[in-house]
Amino acid sequence: MATDQALHGLDNLELSDVTRGESRAARLARKAWAATWPKLLAIVLVLAVWQLFYLSNFRGDTADHLLQSPAEVLPNLWQQLEHGLLLQAIGTSMERAVDGYGLSLVFGIVIGALVSRIPPLRAATGSIITGLQTMPSIAWFPLAIILFGGSTEAILFVIVLGSAPSIANAMIAGVDYTPPMLLRAGKVMGLRGLALYRYLILPSSLPTFVAGMKQAWAFAWRSLMAGELIVQIPGVASLGVLLNSDQDQLDFASTISVMIVILIIGIVVDGLFTKADLAIRNRRGLLDPALT
Amino acid sequence: MSVSDTGAVRLTDHRTQGATPPATQPGASALSDEKSPPAVRLTDVSKAYRTGRGELLALDCVSLSVGTGEFVCIIGASGCGKSTLLNLVAGLDRPTSGTVETGGRRVGLMFQEPALFPWLTAARNIELALRARGVPRQARRDLTRELLLTVRLGGFGDKRPHELSGGMRQRVAMARALALDADVLLMDEPFGALDAMTRDLLHDELERICAERTLTVLFVTHNVREAVRLGDRVVVLSSRPGKVIAEYPVPRHGPRRIDSAEVAQLAATLTDRLREEMGRHGH
Repeated sequence: MATDQALHGLDNLELSDVTRGESRAARLARKAWAATWPKLLAIVLVLAVWQLFYLSNFRGDTADHLLQSPAEVLPNLWQQLEHGLLLQAIGTSMERAVDGYGLSLVFGIVIGALVSRIPPLRAATGSIITGLQTMPSIAWFPLAIILFGGSTEAILFVIVLGSAPSIANAMIAGVDYTPPMLLRAGKVMGLRGLALYRYLILPSSLPTFVAGMKQAWAFAWRSLMAGELIVQIPGVASLGVLLNSDQDQLDFASTISVMIVILIIGIVVDGLFTKADLAIRNRRGLLDPALT
Repeated sequence: MSVSDTGAVRLTDHRTQGATPPATQPGASALSDEKSPPAVRLTDVSKAYRTGRGELLALDCVSLSVGTGEFVCIIGASGCGKSTLLNLVAGLDRPTSGTVETGGRRVGLMFQEPALFPWLTAARNIELALRARGVPRQARRDLTRELLLTVRLGGFGDKRPHELSGGMRQRVAMARALALDADVLLMDEPFGALDAMTRDLLHDELERICAERTLTVLFVTHNVREAVRLGDRVVVLSSRPGKVIAEYPVPRHGPRRIDSAEVAQLAATLTDRLREEMGRHGH
């Protein structure tokens, strides 16, 4: 039938991609390079500023080894990694981060779901949740130590208070911003109650939720580092404990080494969330193909 | 008002009811009179919305019945409450007064936007409607494939909505509406956002699908030619409040084309009537 053929022709015309003469490998290499060079440049810039700072010798204490150059610090970092104590400390801190973040997810999701579902609860707690987010996590520690003593629980308590509000807020915002058009379509289909949540509202709010998870991770990581500097458990090596003892010994190189490790962990995890966010948006056609 | 001189077009104008007896009763088409009971019946339906400054009357005593298998197009200028009318029939909203009866029939609704779920593939979108209806898994898969073939998207089930063209998305939305196994299909300017070429093809497709499935259709549009091209009957609504002011049965002599003389002629009559109505609000 003529209509049939015309329709198929039109479909194919609208879908056919304009491909440039570039192999898959070449495209991947180009993309990889485009993603890598800004990072390399950033590292070089940081090292250059550091070296200049060192050469300026502005306090005159280079001779005391209170200020050291990248050439002295980077081997120190390597040594610490080989020695094992740093790795052990990374392990402890990461374990706490994962535990605390996991608890935040659980509390944040439960609170977010309840608050978004129950209007009176929302009127009562909406501003409290946002208020909690603005509370500096370090201000929770006196209370945490009164409640839990100098223990891992105290640290986890502060992590949860720091990052669960972001999760809850993201959940509430995601539910709020479900497009009304999709809600209408869902209702016509007969989706109601839990099914409406499972098949429409939750998947629709996923991008907002992942953005909230990313923010919550940043809060959790900061709370953890603050906590480890304040709450020190005897005999347990953590990144905070290392930083403290390096500070006591005025060990510039070791202090910077641990800070570099903290920074790298933060950047890597943040990168993972960014990747997840991009993948989700790409699947939904929310990215401009010309920009990716 | 000029009545078409071919005699093919019977015309009812509710303003002239007192003077000349109408050819058809308002709210009842020739088709529904003779063949079958109405699939959709609205009796004296009014709908008022509360606004900041008082009440807004969207629909005022609308009576309309659509026979089983009939294709009724509703046209009217802005503010005629067309979308309100469809929401009432779909059961998404309740009338302030009057009754809406669909005799327990399943009602599907299509919008100007496809409103597909962007995180699901075309096939999954259709399947979700089946799942909401409680169709078991194996049957879902078969039905989905069949529905994709019905809208001629057999090879595109794995595509996500953003990978499809506007016309293809609207066909997926049509398949999803059909997946509800609806007897009554409500369409709210479904082709309004498409280019003319795609729209023409989709008119043919819609006609074929309606014939295959004996669907009753209530089709809202701004496009007078589209209304005449598709409808068995065209109902004209006034604006603010929406009220049925005229009904035009469309005679059918074999396949219709949007560019045929017949369609153009009735469309001209309808356009005049609509302009007259719009002119009432010009002061």
